[in-house]
Amino acid sequence: MDKKNLNDKLVESDKTQKVDSEKRDFLFMTTTGLALAGGAIAAWSLIDTMNPAKDVLALSSTEVDLSPIESGQSLTVMWRGKPIFIRHRTKDEIKQARNVLVDDLTHKSLDEERVKKPEWLVVVGVCTHLGCVPLGQKVGDEKGEYGGWFCPCHGSHYDTSGRIRKGPAPLNLDVPPYEFVSDEIIKIG
Amino acid sequence: MSSEKNELKGVTGWIDKRLPVFTFINHNLRDYPTPKNLSYFWNFGSLAGVTLVIMIVTGILLAMQYTANADLAFDSVERIMRDVNNGWLLRYIHMNGASMFFIVVYIHIFRGLYYGSFKAPREILWILGVLILLLMMATAFMGYVLPWGQMSFWGATVITNLFSAFPVIGDYIVTFLWGGFSVDNPTLTRFFVLHYLMPFLIVGVVGLHIVALHQFGSNNPLGIDVKSEGDTIPFHPYYTVKDYFGLGVFLIIFFGLVFFAPNFLGHPDNYIPADPLVTPAHIVPEWYFLPFYAILRAVPDKLMGVILMFAAVMVLFVLPWLDTHKTRSAQFRPYYKQFFWLFFINCLILGWVGSMPAEGLYVLISRLATGYYFLFFLVILPILSRYENTRTIPTSIAASVLSDKFGNEKTSTENI
Amino acid sequence: MRLLIKICLIICLSSFFKINVSAGEKADLIKQNWPFDGFFGRFDQSSIQRGFQVYREVCAGCHGIKYIAYRDLANVGFTTDEIKSIASEYEILDGPNDEGEMFDRLAKPSDKFVGPYLNDKEARVANNGAYPPDLSLITKARAGGADYLYNLLNGYKDPPENLEISDGMYFNTIYPGNQIAMPMPIVDEIVEYEDETPATQDQIIRDVTSFLVWTAEPELEERKVLGIRVLIFLIIITLMLLAVKRKVWKDVE
Repeated sequence: MDKKNLNDKLVESDKTQKVDSEKRDFLFMTTTGLALAGGAIAAWSLIDTMNPAKDVLALSSTEVDLSPIESGQSLTVMWRGKPIFIRHRTKDEIKQARNVLVDDLTHKSLDEERVKKPEWLVVVGVCTHLGCVPLGQKVGDEKGEYGGWFCPCHGSHYDTSGRIRKGPAPLNLDVPPYEFVSDEIIKIG
Repeated sequence: MSSEKNELKGVTGWIDKRLPVFTFINHNLRDYPTPKNLSYFWNFGSLAGVTLVIMIVTGILLAMQYTANADLAFDSVERIMRDVNNGWLLRYIHMNGASMFFIVVYIHIFRGLYYGSFKAPREILWILGVLILLLMMATAFMGYVLPWGQMSFWGATVITNLFSAFPVIGDYIVTFLWGGFSVDNPTLTRFFVLHYLMPFLIVGVVGLHIVALHQFGSNNPLGIDVKSEGDTIPFHPYYTVKDYFGLGVFLIIFFGLVFFAPNFLGHPDNYIPADPLVTPAHIVPEWYFLPFYAILRAVPDKLMGVILMFAAVMVLFVLPWLDTHKTRSAQFRPYYKQFFWLFFINCLILGWVGSMPAEGLYVLISRLATGYYFLFFLVILPILSRYENTRTIPTSIAASVLSDKFGNEKTSTENI
Repeated sequence: MRLLIKICLIICLSSFFKINVSAGEKADLIKQNWPFDGFFGRFDQSSIQRGFQVYREVCAGCHGIKYIAYRDLANVGFTTDEIKSIASEYEILDGPNDEGEMFDRLAKPSDKFVGPYLNDKEARVANNGAYPPDLSLITKARAGGADYLYNLLNGYKDPPENLEISDGMYFNTIYPGNQIAMPMPIVDEIVEYEDETPATQDQIIRDVTSFLVWTAEPELEERKVLGIRVLIFLIIITLMLLAVKRKVWKDVE
């Protein structure tokens, strides 16, 4: 507004003014556009510093040797700041996990879909209710009514496939991404 | 043009009626009448403001990654340089930004000195500016300690030890500053906290600085008051676009340093982790402290040196009452102009001897330069205020601009 | 015009101080042409890989590089498998385990380079009280940078006859004070390169210097690539702003 008013006063010929202001508008727009784009890229490169750094990402996968875990035993490892429950399941436990009607479950999921090898169950040990760590890893821990895990915070019971069977938790224990690097070594993440 | 006519409508109008932010912005950044003859030396105020914002933004992001602990600080800075996404960029911007900030502010100050911007009725504006400089110096000094390299550590040791020069209480002050019996972890932690706090104090004082500025408006190269509307133009778009252009030039230099010579202004020793048992052969402060460092070392007596160094900054506070000459701009003061340039060169010389070892000829030079520094403020300025005759001063800004048009190119070259 | 003067002023100011700051260092360094110098400087990966070999076989006995992790080697052309096998050649102290004991394990790519000594004190004792500095930042921590290192490693000469060299010290023309505790580390054929490159003293010094520039400034290449783009962008936008400014101001006065 200001500049137009001033132009009115200062520029005598209307014609030149029109050509001028059109040219100026184009120049204005491209300059502003370019400056904003540059500013946006600069802002992003600064904000990006808050994303996980290289040293953090380097620890985002971890290899676990399963050979010392005997049948029926469990191991807890840390991965990305969370406990990972690894259970070497017995034949009974596998049978228990598979003799369930999927339709009866809160969060419907087949045991076959939750494991890569039937005897090895790998789940994130964080209760899906409000984030407590369930019991059931150590010998003598209460394992809940379904022989898996029991969350002491609000009484959620998980079965031997880490599925929610009773209590307030809405979902099964998460299965982290992992793969067998060799027969007895898994890489989580 | 006039804000009374532009009644704001809709949501903005509703808000503005209750909280006049838009009127405020309009008043201070759009319609704000500015002398039409400002040179590029008037860009440095806004450049300083932009640099302050850059420093605060990068500083906050750095603080998210930095660890203020004597055992971990150096490592955490190296982690920023190597592992954090764009961390090297963040740190190099912050590091070189400090230097750029001082370059800009020093030019801003010399401009004020040359064109008499500190004179009535802008004394408080000037005093607030000197206060900003003081806060900047403290902030920069404490920031330089944070990477906990050799220069950080020994710089902190030397500068804090200055306070031991005061009789009786000196040692207590130093122990108090350190939070221990040497520069150590407590010192680092408090320096970090204060380094984080002080920029926000600077922001506050900058706000006051701008309020004071807008009370009487900008000074100008002629140093004469605005007499009519014909002398001014609205800040927007004229000075916004001029400031943007200046910012572009500034950023080219700034980022040229950041990307291609990031350690040009730094000292290699600061890439050696702090070691309380080994003093570097040649301790030098950052370049922006060198003139003051030279004054400190020019005096053989410890206490006097410290007092003179502080006085070198403090004298700026009383400048409006040392130079009371009615004419502001050095353009019309033939003698002041000469002494001003001598003073400017003298400051460069002080900076240069500050970087040299304190021995032989350098000591003599630093003493002469220190002498002139104070002579300029305390003797030359008061005398000139009384006896200097000025050249003919144009009646108004508009009149001067018109006379320029009729082939009088001389004044514009003399500005520089 | 004024603008030009302003820019000159700033450049003069800054170089003025810099020249005089560095004028304090006395040794005359013979400047080398490094591939990583200048606006378009890039790392020579094969040279850095050879330099890494030199470091491992010659320097690593006394000097650590604690700010570089094995995973970082990917940036100079090592494959994931190579990095894994390099890392697993080293043992690292970890723990405590569930029994509360510290234990040794093989290093992983995410670990930092395993140094020769557990701590600074051990390093001093093993080297007659002279501390072999960590090399992570060595080219940034010495005035002259890469050139200093190159000249230093080439700077071992026979001492002049009138000079008394202390026990366990060696004469070096570049080192401040001319007496250095490090014996001449690099001679012809001290390493054998896999890639046919003749292992002359000069070549080995060049390679290890390149490697140490990389360890000090691993971001150098990324920085210069991005820097060119940023400067081009800034120059264009500044010229455009100048055009806008001229248009806006055309009518004033």
